Amino acid sequence: MRVMAQMSMIMNLDKCIGCHTCSVTCKQAWTNRTGVEYVWFNNVETRPGVGYPRGYEDQEKWGGGWVRTKRGRLKLRSGGRLAKLSRIFSNPKLPGIHDYYEPWTYDYDMLINAPRTAHTPVARPKSLLTGEDMKISWSANWDDNLGGSLETMQDDPILTKMSEEVQAEFEKAFMFYLPRICEHCLNPSCVASCPSGAMYKREEDGIVLVDQDQCRGWRMCVSGCPYKKVYFNHRTGKAEKCTFCYPRIEVGLPTVCSETCVGRLRYLGLVLYDADRVSEAASVEDDKALLQAQRDIILDPHDPAVIEGARAGGIPEDWIEAAQRSPIWKLMQYEVALPLHPEYRTMPMVWYIPPLSPVVDVVTGSGNDGEDARTLFAAIDKLRIPIGYLAELFTAGDVAPVDASLRRLAAMRSYMRGVSIDDVRDERIANAVGMTGTEIEEMYRLLAIAKYEERY
Amino acid sequence: MTLEPNGGGLVPGKFLTASDLGGEAATAPRAEFKTVLLDQSGAPVVPNGSLGHRFTPEDEGSWNLDLGDVTPPLSLADLADTNESVEVLLPRFDLPPEAGSEHAGGSGVVVRGVPVRRVAGKLVTTVFDLLLAQYGVARAGLPGEWPSGYDDPTTPGTPAWQEEITSVPAEQAARLGREFADNAERSGGRSMILMGAGTNHWFHSDTIYRTFLALTTMTGCQGVNGGGWAHYVGQEKVRPLTGYSQYATAADWIRPPRQNIGTAFWYLATDQWRYDGLPADQLASPLARGVFQDRTTADCLVESVKRGWMPAHPTFSRNPLDLCDEAEAAGKEPAQHVVDSLTDGSLSYAVEDPDAPENFPRVIDIWRANVLGSSGKGNEYFLKHLLGTESAVRASETPEDARPRDIRWRDDAPIGKLDLLMTADFRMTSTTLFSDLVLPAATWYEKYDLSSTDMHPFIHSFSPAINPPWQTRTDFDIFGSLAERFSQLARTHLGVRRDIVAAPLQHDTADVMATPHGVPRDDLPLIPGQTMAKLIVVERDYPNLAEQWKALGPLTAKLGMTTKAVTYRPDVEIERLARLNGTVASGPFAGSVRLDSDKRACELILAFSGTSNGRLAVQGFRELEKRTGQRLAHLAEDHEGAHITFSDVQVQPRSVITSPEWSGSEHGGRRYTAFAINVEHLKPWHTLTGRQHFYLDHDWMEDLGENLPTFRPPLDMHRLFGDGRPGTTRRIGGPYAAQQTEVTVRYLTPHSKWSIHSEYQDNLFMLSLSRGGPTIWMSAEDARKVDVRDNDWIEAYNRNGVVVARAIVSHRMPEGTVFMYHAKDRTVDVPIAETSGQRGGIHNSLTRILLKPSHLIGGYAQLAWAFNYLGPTGNQRDEITTIRRRSQEVEY
Repeated sequence: MRVMAQMSMIMNLDKCIGCHTCSVTCKQAWTNRTGVEYVWFNNVETRPGVGYPRGYEDQEKWGGGWVRTKRGRLKLRSGGRLAKLSRIFSNPKLPGIHDYYEPWTYDYDMLINAPRTAHTPVARPKSLLTGEDMKISWSANWDDNLGGSLETMQDDPILTKMSEEVQAEFEKAFMFYLPRICEHCLNPSCVASCPSGAMYKREEDGIVLVDQDQCRGWRMCVSGCPYKKVYFNHRTGKAEKCTFCYPRIEVGLPTVCSETCVGRLRYLGLVLYDADRVSEAASVEDDKALLQAQRDIILDPHDPAVIEGARAGGIPEDWIEAAQRSPIWKLMQYEVALPLHPEYRTMPMVWYIPPLSPVVDVVTGSGNDGEDARTLFAAIDKLRIPIGYLAELFTAGDVAPVDASLRRLAAMRSYMRGVSIDDVRDERIANAVGMTGTEIEEMYRLLAIAKYEERY
Repeated sequence: MTLEPNGGGLVPGKFLTASDLGGEAATAPRAEFKTVLLDQSGAPVVPNGSLGHRFTPEDEGSWNLDLGDVTPPLSLADLADTNESVEVLLPRFDLPPEAGSEHAGGSGVVVRGVPVRRVAGKLVTTVFDLLLAQYGVARAGLPGEWPSGYDDPTTPGTPAWQEEITSVPAEQAARLGREFADNAERSGGRSMILMGAGTNHWFHSDTIYRTFLALTTMTGCQGVNGGGWAHYVGQEKVRPLTGYSQYATAADWIRPPRQNIGTAFWYLATDQWRYDGLPADQLASPLARGVFQDRTTADCLVESVKRGWMPAHPTFSRNPLDLCDEAEAAGKEPAQHVVDSLTDGSLSYAVEDPDAPENFPRVIDIWRANVLGSSGKGNEYFLKHLLGTESAVRASETPEDARPRDIRWRDDAPIGKLDLLMTADFRMTSTTLFSDLVLPAATWYEKYDLSSTDMHPFIHSFSPAINPPWQTRTDFDIFGSLAERFSQLARTHLGVRRDIVAAPLQHDTADVMATPHGVPRDDLPLIPGQTMAKLIVVERDYPNLAEQWKALGPLTAKLGMTTKAVTYRPDVEIERLARLNGTVASGPFAGSVRLDSDKRACELILAFSGTSNGRLAVQGFRELEKRTGQRLAHLAEDHEGAHITFSDVQVQPRSVITSPEWSGSEHGGRRYTAFAINVEHLKPWHTLTGRQHFYLDHDWMEDLGENLPTFRPPLDMHRLFGDGRPGTTRRIGGPYAAQQTEVTVRYLTPHSKWSIHSEYQDNLFMLSLSRGGPTIWMSAEDARKVDVRDNDWIEAYNRNGVVVARAIVSHRMPEGTVFMYHAKDRTVDVPIAETSGQRGGIHNSLTRILLKPSHLIGGYAQLAWAFNYLGPTGNQRDEITTIRRRSQEVEY
């Protein structure tokens, strides 16, 4: 056992209102510069939807992440060193600017200095790439709030995987938001893809960074990352990515996206994991076993052996305490949080609590009580949409862990309704999802009250 | 409630009041404003707490909701000896119009029964009984037509009936109602309706609001934390209200201020009235008694102004400064001179002739607003008539036979009424683009100011991070500079003058008893403050305006400060403020408290408000204790010594102190909820009965058929103004497709996801995260009808104007309705419209102001004007538009 510490994030999707405050504050802090106009280290996608860059989840096309070989070893989907070298000057799996979007500005100056004209002046869009007039036809968030644009519905890689057909009808629409940053993976394929050794995973806290001096701009990291969260700066010719706001983290401040989150949905904290078992966990045969494998290498920070191992590994005492207090550890213990696309085998460390709201909406829409435990449990068992969609996102298609998470969230709602309306603590509701009432109340405090001090 | 004969049957009439009872009760002061209830034995009781107790000295200590031993029955049926019932006629507005009167909305009458008794010779029932009749809640033994069950769609009030209108499944509506009530019962009133601008912008928003209130009130949720009605539109809660009002209205120098109702002002100033002609009687109930006969809604505005119900400035056809001079020359009091001149016809109201050049607004100074890119409904009319620029107004003026009766029609419509438009702003908005003068203003991060809201109980400061850059100035300095220059010029041009202000019958004053039983009378002489506006003479020391602006005037100490009928005496505060701010060293106002900087003005606001000064809060509550006879001061006593200063709020936002300026309580760290003090401390609401109202007994409400909360459909723009019929398509052919089609749909303008009104709508981040310019969301079905694909350029037009935008086609939009985010300036990515040949419009290019008479009632209990409280709304949701695909080659 080699105990290492990882700075991680969990986002509670039930609380995301898609306001994009995280995106804006992140961009203002990190990518408000020339060369990265098109770059959003943090973006918020409407799902169903094609995401940013569009269709990034289609690894058949982009070749990101890892695949397991017949011999049980992992290799980069886009090929090993030799394959990379052979196309180092022209990487065919690189998203083009139009897969992100053509960044633009406006002729704002016209509003102040327009010559005398027949009509009132107007600021028309100009491409930031060419400086020419343009018609805006794609943006960083084009399908916002659409729940699957009719024009692009067929391009959502998740929908194409699903056996059920999502219907584009007013009454049957479902929708939720997915905020994304770099996953700061335990097994980062971007780092493995870099021919220059410029990308690295920080030893002390696992934050994945680009050494700007080392980077030679080969962009193999861009193709290697299945989440498309490494970007190319056209001005400097180097790769850039989410830094987990390490200058803030290092002085005890939450990341900008977390700090400014209106819905208080982001949790930050340390977890301890067994670095010796990362490859093994990432190489399990069945995609659907990856979630459990990843859960298994996360170590109990209260376990004396783990504490001893941490000390032996040079992890300071206050870091061990931080791992013990970590909301991430707690939420992982409750088994309500799930990784994004474990099947990419990068062992991502930004996890998500799946949204119960689309299920509640469907139940309520059918004329039933969306807060009632039994109705909700029945719905979770029966509803393949949107649960199937969530499973494709978070569990390589395995519905069971999504079900389990949603049932716990549903139980929490029902249990707490009993507490606040009827002053009844119904242990049966808690027991039905393998929890105690006390645990539910603790989870409720963490998820619903979500005090600043307890989130970070 | 009394029942009165009408149309061969009985209709709900007026509240039974002490004046109806005869004997001692009837001779008590203000008996006409003391409503009556029945006790458990069925005997009439005049309870405490109604309007008649509020302002009369004899009733001091009895304006409260303490009913003592009286437990009034909700329904007369609860009284053992009630054995009579009658049918009442109730209007309904959900029917298709009859053949031959398609121009009018459909209405009819439903007959329902209520239990009745006779009190003081009058047939009476309770409001609750009427409400059950209105909602179709059948009870055994009552006559009338009742629904056969929830599934009966034929008669108003049932879940099945609403489904046909709203498309919300009947079962769902029923379940929601039950859950709302069940939760309220089990949680002690914690069921809440929380909404934004959603329903507020419909023409009939008041009836919708009253329906919400009926639900939250019947379920006992009002005044409960976590329950009731939380609406977040127009809720700019200025917590330090009293100090703010002193400063904002210069009440330390001159009272009253000239405040206006924006909706009606713009309606007249932009000549939208010339295109309106909305017949008021088409809004009327089939049981109406003719109040609105042969009148347009614009005529109702004229009546409202003449009766002093609503303010209107300019008020008269002559300059009020000149009126004072005329009076002096004639040796009369100015008010008498005005009354005499109105009576003999030598003076009229400006609203009677808004197109007379002497009644034009000539100079408009816009500060922190974007009327031409955001708020002003009927944008193209603003451009045409107020500014005289190019515009895309497509409507024809009202034909002669449909014009307002009481407004003078001038055949040549004024074009460009305004001489000067000046705007202070820090962005290039549509308004600044059209302004003659633009004063560059400092932003929030470049000045000192205060901020507070309804969303949380804190007062915040603004403090500059940097000084105002380049030529920008703070608004404080802008107004200061203007005042200095104005004063210099005034020495030559104006001097010291007397002015006469026509102040409307004011909410929270005895003015609200001007209309007993809500019956406006035509047989009374003009009596300012009763049958017309108050006429108040003030002195304007124009040459010293700037000096006055920089000093605290004498009226604050002399008259105190009155907020919602509670008068505060800030004697200690003035002394303290003099020490804090210093005093004016020399000049005409030497010795007065200095207000010559933004920070010092902020200190005044904080010192003079109960929410930020515990002593005033306690003082106010003690006065209210005398009036109500209820214990209240303890809500603020623990903060009696607290005075929040500007430097305090600079350190960190400060939680406000519970104060009678507002109806909630922050006592003990509690969060604000409206009406907590009323519910918990038996303080009456500021209404006729002192209670929350389901029933309004004003004559105008009766003629509108809106005594009770009722369903009124959206205005039918097709019938009223000849626009297309929603849901229809029309083949137009045209240059871009041989078989081009256009579709007519409902047009909504909700708040934008990517801006706060027009602020940030031009921000590159916001534009990059959205679609980078004006868009209209439409359903896949509607898009298919007109061959529009996602992101195609389209044009939306109606009689009011034209909009060019790109389409967002979504299955999340219902067929038949489109929306365009509101407050899209015409500054970013707006091409030239094919339809008009001019720059494509803003969202309000397709809207126009419409006045609803019920919003114009004043001088009667809670139906009385107060600034930012009651008056005609801006409404635009009933609007429709026609959409077609346009050439994809756009020009700018």
